[in-house]
Amino acid sequence: MAEDGIDVRFDTVSKHFGDVAAVDGISFALRRGSFHSFLGPSGCGKTTSLRLIAGFEQPSAGTVEIAGANMVGIPAYRRPVNMVFQHYALFPHMDVAGNVGYGLRQRKPRPEKSALDRRVAEALELVRLPHLAKRRIWELSGGQQQRVALARALINRPTVLLLDEPLAALDRKLRREMQIELQNLQREVGITFILVTHDQEEALSMSDTIGIMKDGKIVQMGTPEELYDAPVNRYVADFVGESNFWSGEVAASDAGGAAIRLGSGMTLRAAYSRLGAPLKVGETGVIAVRPEVIGLYPPGAAPRDLDCQANVQILNRIYLGDHSEFSVRAEGLGDLLVRLPKAVETAGLEPGAAAVIGWRGNQALALSET
Amino acid sequence: MQGPRKWDWTAILLMSPSVAIFLGLLVMPILVVLVLSFGERAEAGGYQAAFTFAQYANLPARWAAFRNTLTLAPLGTVLCLLAAYPLAYYLAVKVSSRNRLLLLILVIVPFWTSFLIRTYAWIFILGGKGLPALLDMIGVPDVRFINTPFAVLVGIVYGYLPLMVFPIFVSLERLDKRLLEASDDLGASPARTFWQITLPLSAPGAVTGCMLVFILLMGEYLIPALLGGGKVFFIGNALVDLFLQSRNWPFGSAVAVSLVVIMLVTVTLYLRVTLRNRGMRDQALV
Repeated sequence: MAEDGIDVRFDTVSKHFGDVAAVDGISFALRRGSFHSFLGPSGCGKTTSLRLIAGFEQPSAGTVEIAGANMVGIPAYRRPVNMVFQHYALFPHMDVAGNVGYGLRQRKPRPEKSALDRRVAEALELVRLPHLAKRRIWELSGGQQQRVALARALINRPTVLLLDEPLAALDRKLRREMQIELQNLQREVGITFILVTHDQEEALSMSDTIGIMKDGKIVQMGTPEELYDAPVNRYVADFVGESNFWSGEVAASDAGGAAIRLGSGMTLRAAYSRLGAPLKVGETGVIAVRPEVIGLYPPGAAPRDLDCQANVQILNRIYLGDHSEFSVRAEGLGDLLVRLPKAVETAGLEPGAAAVIGWRGNQALALSET
Repeated sequence: MQGPRKWDWTAILLMSPSVAIFLGLLVMPILVVLVLSFGERAEAGGYQAAFTFAQYANLPARWAAFRNTLTLAPLGTVLCLLAAYPLAYYLAVKVSSRNRLLLLILVIVPFWTSFLIRTYAWIFILGGKGLPALLDMIGVPDVRFINTPFAVLVGIVYGYLPLMVFPIFVSLERLDKRLLEASDDLGASPARTFWQITLPLSAPGAVTGCMLVFILLMGEYLIPALLGGGKVFFIGNALVDLFLQSRNWPFGSAVAVSLVVIMLVTVTLYLRVTLRNRGMRDQALV
């Protein structure tokens, strides 16, 4: 066990497949007992990172440590980690109990049958499937298979549990349920969970920390709040949540923020992201505004304290129950998305109508392009 | 569907060729042979109508053929399996996909020439001027291969290997490689993963291959005729002898019926034992 409370540490780890660097010199440390996610589009290196921890791949350079021990050169079957595979990879020739007990049966010395049965029953209890021990794998629903895969991995009491897009094959409602269940399970067993996903909602809702990946590198690592409120660049702001973006040349810059001149000639001011780097005058910068911080008002009804205002025409309105999404066209700003909660008065805000949008300057972020 | 049942003409049309072949070329001849087996041999050979069990009572006269078939066919099947599995494993798991096709073609290349000619070639390899002469040169004199059970087994493994390789190859190729990673992840060494995952999941292919080879071997004629040289003969050779040489059709028919019965019984028992697992029953091509 590492003394510093770190379960997984990467030190400038790279993995090359031929000429392609799937993972390109990344370093990070994950605290024991935390729920961590790697988030990114396919091909960003998140799955390769997971496989490097599992031991299915060995790094081309750098070191991988688990619980303080160097794992380079150690095969998967000797590592204290277990994985829940994307399509579960349950053994079709064994029943549920056979699958769940598989890891224990590989131990030397092999546990006695009574102990084995008890542990299997406990593991099935943990994932709330105690009555299915004798079922065949193909008799289970997707959600049940998912739980069996979890029980099969957790029964070995690994230092780290790896989850490779574990919820991708489930339908939306079941996915929500499993997200909550996974989170509860993680708190219950106290094991470090590492999740790989391309679904930002999944990552945001479950994780203590998230690493956003792109082209084999970690672009930003932090808590969901940090990533959402203080993205380091446009890529992160775009990947986590939704934003309206305008790029242009930085016209002025000071300690608190920057003014960016858009292609249309309009200049917008915005504050720097708390974790982003300041911009230099003359380089290309991006203004990012989340759709929920923009206000939308009938003509003449806008509050006076808005820093940025524009006249718009409403193009479309989508009713989404608890909120509505408007797409509007503003002169000099182009098309943008506005999100209003149900509580806000929306009378007169119909498609085709003229309206006013506005936001406060500290709610817009000035970011670098990459 | 409600109402009176109508003829499904599409189904009848589609089925009729195979039903005709099945009835005309399989059921009919078997019935003929069954009838013949209860008859008597005519004076000049052939068949004379009668109803007697004498032919069946006389079966022990051909005991040697039954014994050879019932030992060498299963043994040959097992040897084929042992030779084919590593090859199929190599082809399905180890070789790069670029070379795989080439190697698979090499497995079937022997089918491009006649089985007869290829088996004939073994007469020369195993005969006096072939391997025995070579062994004599390195100081192992007086080895005889040809006309021994060993020669017949060599011919069997040589001839039937591809039939065993392909079903095993298919089941190994179809095996989800993530299952192997899962086993690895759960703490099983590569050897244990092979025993616990790869082998059981490729068993349906092995069962299929064994069925193919065993059934064909039970009726084998050519290999014992050429490499057994009249000393190691199968039921197939006995049948040729009875029908064409001694023209004792009723006795030949009794032998043939016995072969069919033995095959039905052994194959049924074999499938009962090997396919207890339902997953396997779904996957085996039998």
